[in-house]
Amino acid sequence: MDLSQINPILLIASLMVAATPILLAAIGEAVVEKAGVLNLGVEGMMITGAVVGFAITVNTDAPALGFVGAAIAGAALSMLFGILTQYLLSNQVATGLGLTLFGLGLSSLIGKPYEGMKVTTLAKMEIPLLSDIPVLGPILFKHDPMIYVSLMIIAGTWYVLKHTRAGLILRGVGENHDAAHALGYKVIRVRLMAIAFGGACAGMGGAYISLVRVPQWVDGMTAGAGWIALAIVVFASWRPWRVLLGAYLFGGITVLQLNLQAAGVPVPVEVLAMSPYVITIVVLVIISLKGNHGAPGALGKIFHATH
Amino acid sequence: MEETRTQDALLTLEGLTKAYPGVVANDNVSFSILPGEVHALLGENGAGKSTLVKMIYGLVKPDQGTMTLKDAPFQPANPAAARAAGVAMVFQHFSLFDALSVAENISLGMDHPPKPRELTARIRQVSEAYGLPLDPDRIVGELSAGERQRVEIIRCLLQDPKLLIMDEPTSVLTPQEVDILFETLRKLTQEGTAILYISHKLEEIRALCEHATILRLGKVVDTCDPREKSAKELAEMMVGTTLHVPERDASEPGDVVLAMDHVTLYTPSPFGTDLRDVSLEVRAGEVLGVGGVAGNGQDELLAALSGEARLTSGSVLLNGVPIAKLGPNERRALAVLSAPEERLGHSAAPDMSLTENALLTAAVRQRLTKRGFLRWGKTEDYAKRVIKEFDVRTPGPANAARSLSGGNLQKFVIGREVLQKPEVLVVNQPTWGVDASAAADIRQSLLDLAAGGTAVIVISQDLDEILEISDRFTALNEGRLAEPVPTRGLTVEKIGLMIGGMHAPALEDAE
Repeated sequence: MDLSQINPILLIASLMVAATPILLAAIGEAVVEKAGVLNLGVEGMMITGAVVGFAITVNTDAPALGFVGAAIAGAALSMLFGILTQYLLSNQVATGLGLTLFGLGLSSLIGKPYEGMKVTTLAKMEIPLLSDIPVLGPILFKHDPMIYVSLMIIAGTWYVLKHTRAGLILRGVGENHDAAHALGYKVIRVRLMAIAFGGACAGMGGAYISLVRVPQWVDGMTAGAGWIALAIVVFASWRPWRVLLGAYLFGGITVLQLNLQAAGVPVPVEVLAMSPYVITIVVLVIISLKGNHGAPGALGKIFHATH
Repeated sequence: MEETRTQDALLTLEGLTKAYPGVVANDNVSFSILPGEVHALLGENGAGKSTLVKMIYGLVKPDQGTMTLKDAPFQPANPAAARAAGVAMVFQHFSLFDALSVAENISLGMDHPPKPRELTARIRQVSEAYGLPLDPDRIVGELSAGERQRVEIIRCLLQDPKLLIMDEPTSVLTPQEVDILFETLRKLTQEGTAILYISHKLEEIRALCEHATILRLGKVVDTCDPREKSAKELAEMMVGTTLHVPERDASEPGDVVLAMDHVTLYTPSPFGTDLRDVSLEVRAGEVLGVGGVAGNGQDELLAALSGEARLTSGSVLLNGVPIAKLGPNERRALAVLSAPEERLGHSAAPDMSLTENALLTAAVRQRLTKRGFLRWGKTEDYAKRVIKEFDVRTPGPANAARSLSGGNLQKFVIGREVLQKPEVLVVNQPTWGVDASAAADIRQSLLDLAAGGTAVIVISQDLDEILEISDRFTALNEGRLAEPVPTRGLTVEKIGLMIGGMHAPALEDAE
């Protein structure tokens, strides 16, 4: 066992990389759930984004295009869910589970020719001056652009939900869709937009795995990241900054336990491998013990205008 | 007279018709509303009042007919258009967002809300001007029913409406809160605002309204000045037949059947109310009425009696035997039955058939199961018996509970318990949202039950109902129960004071 080979600066820098897929998927789902819709298809949208982003990047050599394509693919898949649940009033839980299964199968089909291929990954951006700061520089200012995009999405989501009328309407729709409808808001339109945003975020989160974190296409490579994103949304009490906290905690422990495994810590590998899930959930449960849990009032309920 | 009304009218409806598959909700409805007038819209459930106001508020498009607002054609495509034209509405079931603050709720109801800080200031200003105290920063889920209604009213007032529509505004208010509301409304009418007022409560309409339009089965059947009519006359105009007033033979109550002794119950729900040191006794053949405004522990009282909730302390005795530790089915076996307030989801499973719903509470006493298997034939017979004896209008027991109208489902869930010959029956809001004739049937069945020796506890917010059927009256206020007093000789004013938390001895002092 040799703990000295673990470099804390590299560890913190790489936890951001490990956490970003979950962060993107979770913030998207948080918005969807704030609008009162429970989409359990996050895993399916993530992996579809992963494969589409990978395929586009292989063919164009432009990772940025890959991320855009992944966002569009995730949003397109989420619209399938949107049409089924919002217009055809299907059950959200069953449809979401179906979407995950569909996404896993679809990605497997699209990804077959791309297995084992190499891909151009996102270049790191060294932010001038800031990246030269000792300790903080390598941790915060030597990342690829998607890390900064994901942080901007968190900040933007928080601002929009808390301080804008659009965010207020979205929260209102998620809290009580009948009241929102009675006041003349377009419940279904608001929800479809939220679902599409959630799909796009999940797609980008998936593409981050296949384009930056791994970077390769492997069948089933999201490996449950979509589910942990769903759990983080709940335990983060639907608050953007807590979603960030939960995702970074999860990413941090994931990276740490990998390092500990490599260092040969005398703890069973299985225990280390499950530790990110257990610790993230325990910490977020403790945080959410206090105060307002804030589950949107209409979460998962079917809206029909005539009732 | 209608000619001159039409000439000066603020809003005139002409020949409004709206049909849904299988039912004509409004059939050629015409009337007009004058500026500064309180205009009552009267009718039983299903008479078409809701559809009519939804057309005025732009939620529903009429099939035929025209509306004129201030001499201009008025065809709101949506509520925003109606609000822009000066029509505002306070809903029957408050259309509020529990997790949002008062200011956020009000902002959502406005088309062009000012900046949050200005809005907060304006809310304070309007709430003071009209005597409706309200803190803009509080979360709506924490407010009382009366305060929640103020949110709705202030939301409307901020838009300077010319016509304010109020759908059953007093159903959740204490008599004192009703007085405050009426003062606010009178202040509004003096400023020229017209009010379209929908209510079941005829005495209120007589006190407040200057003109009434009566709807029956979607048609205007009459108009009148409600101040010149008695409540009974108004009710008869609504129902179209003479009202059946429940009757009972005066009889001496028997022994104490059920007693609660210093019961305290802490509720796990953040919106619930704890019961504090509640004691009561009910005798065989007696109807005990429990008044009080919603959210003062009614649901918890029922749960403590039915066995759904475990008491924090205290005891419940049936004929002197403690039953506090028994669950609902064990209590049913001892003939302690209950019918909760919430029809869909509490007293009945919405998507299950009436037969299945009959099984849910009657299985124990009617022996509808045998060695763990269901006896469907017997269950269906029991459901049919309830349907027949309580005149439940439904094609048959295979229909889902959800498909029944509120009144019919209520008759079913009450009948389901009554026919099990309970020794104690606890009902919460037995006639809430039920039309007048069905309500009279339900009350009569409760009285018949008491006449047969059952101890009946009626929890209700309808004071007229309690005065009509109960032998003794008590009231819940913040989870505390007032000392029961004989109903005979009680006035609505005294009851109002009891509901407000003043107990019987203090009442006597007050006289």
